[in-house]
Amino acid sequence: MSEILSFNHITFSYTPENAEARKAVQDVSFSVNQGEWIAIVGHNGSGKSTMAKLMCGLLFPEQGEVRIKRDVLTEENLWEIRSQIGMVFQNPDNQFVGATVQDDVAFSLENNGVPYEEMVIRVKEALEQVKMEGFINHEPHHLSGGQKQRVAIAGALAMYPQILILDEATSMLDPQGREEVLKTVQALREKIGLTVLSITHDLEEALLADRVIFMNDGKKYAEGTPAEIFALGDQLVDFGLDLPFATKMTKLLQAQGVQLVGQHMTEEELVNDLWTSNFNK
Amino acid sequence: MMEKMIFGRYIPGNSFVHQLDPRSKLIFVFAFIIIVFLANNIVTYAILLAFTLFVILMSRIRLYFLVNGLKPVIFLMAFTFILHILMNKEGAVLLDLGFMKIHEEGLKQGIFISMRFLVLVFITSILTLTTSPISITDGLETLLNPLKKIKLPVHELALMMSISLRFIPTLMDETDKIMKAQMARGSDLSAGPLKDRLKAVVPLLVPLFVSAFKRAEDLATAMEVRGYRGGEGRTRYRQLKWDIKDTMSLVLLLAVAATLWLLRN
Ligand SMILES: Nc1ncnc2c1ncn2[C@@H]1O[C@H](COP(=O)(O)OP(=O)(O)OP(=O)(O)O)[C@@H](O)[C@H]1O
Ligand SMILES: [Mg+2]
Repeated sequence: MSEILSFNHITFSYTPENAEARKAVQDVSFSVNQGEWIAIVGHNGSGKSTMAKLMCGLLFPEQGEVRIKRDVLTEENLWEIRSQIGMVFQNPDNQFVGATVQDDVAFSLENNGVPYEEMVIRVKEALEQVKMEGFINHEPHHLSGGQKQRVAIAGALAMYPQILILDEATSMLDPQGREEVLKTVQALREKIGLTVLSITHDLEEALLADRVIFMNDGKKYAEGTPAEIFALGDQLVDFGLDLPFATKMTKLLQAQGVQLVGQHMTEEELVNDLWTSNFNK
Repeated sequence: MMEKMIFGRYIPGNSFVHQLDPRSKLIFVFAFIIIVFLANNIVTYAILLAFTLFVILMSRIRLYFLVNGLKPVIFLMAFTFILHILMNKEGAVLLDLGFMKIHEEGLKQGIFISMRFLVLVFITSILTLTTSPISITDGLETLLNPLKKIKLPVHELALMMSISLRFIPTLMDETDKIMKAQMARGSDLSAGPLKDRLKAVVPLLVPLFVSAFKRAEDLATAMEVRGYRGGEGRTRYRQLKWDIKDTMSLVLLLAVAATLWLLRN
């Protein structure tokens, strides 16, 4: 598997003149392979969005280097690299540039000088991938939050990106919208082998990832599979994160004296374990 | 009250006028504004009015709807008409009411001026009613493109306009939300003396501004990530298509202008 993105001892501060101040990101290193789904979790202000901005050159690190496909991100190759990265932000309204769905999807294509005939094809293709082809002429205020986020994903896909970064893209959506968006991303990953970096508060969402990076106060606190990360249990809670419902339930049941082994990340696992462990008795 | 106003409203449709390219419509309207001043006698004004009615017919916008929506303008027109009758003392006396006399010239000028006003308002309303704001922006951008040479930031202005248009409904929704939130906290915007009501607007505007700035910042970031770096080297997704219809409508306008030129005093 080839590496597609890496952070190499990255340090960044919004206030470089003040050496005392806490750095927004401090000595963070990790690498992401092609086609992986990485979740970045952490409390408010732990530096997650700052990391996302460092990845696409909205900010440049004080120390260390960001590599995209082995190329170090610099001022020179910035636009070239940005065209390979799609990014979806938190607020569905504040990233919708076009007057209608199709205009918005075409925005990055226009910026990159893609010829008209090609744009028409790519817009249609991208909207089909997120199942929004029926809304091509809709105006943003006639769409739900989940639909807007799917359009934003289509806008990123139209550029045929290598990496999709979701910065709390589902946090302002209702459960239904969230599910829509996550399903879309999952399907895309399987279909076109997109590398996904999802920044999230929602640990249920982190469960979908191959690997979780756990940020605390600008530092990487832990990194591992979802199972490894949730095994940290109370530590996560101490750092202001919410455990998945099933994991919390298991803990509560164990506290009540119910015999359950290990920990459970999904409801299904928990239910299965509950009835089989009683069955065995 | 607001629903009835038709200024700046767009009514989707598929009429001949709807199908025209925004550029030809814009040129048409600007040319028309000049042509209107060619009319100076009864025949030419009659032609102008007939032509305007023809354009309205072609747009399939109901005349009743148009007149109803333009009521405030029509009041203004009636006012200029009366003003002319009262002030203009030229020509023969048509009617002597004792305290005032109505002169021929006054009546004529009054009718002409209000007619001029009427056709101008009708034609410009037809433009905005049959062309979506975003197409008008596109049309203006292309028409003004040559001005880039004199360093007029045409692309930036057009982008600014289209983004503002896109955010109007969003900000309206937000105003509504904030208003309800303030009402739930006991602020009353609809009653009390003017001073109190104005004061109640402040807690409405402050959060609205704060959030608009936040939105602007987010939007700028999103645009940058999506590769926006000014108009240079950009292609266009919204294509404008100049059709035989567009040439036809401008030729027709030219014919009308020529007729007016021949028949004017
Ligand atoms: N534009 C800015 N100027 C100055 N400081 C900033 C700026 N943006 C973020 N910070 C600070 O940098 C730190 C990291 O912020 P960041 O936005 O990366 O956190 P986050 O993990 O994304 O939080 P959240 O979960 O709230 O989105 C915070 O302490 C924050 O106050
Ligand atoms: Mg953030």
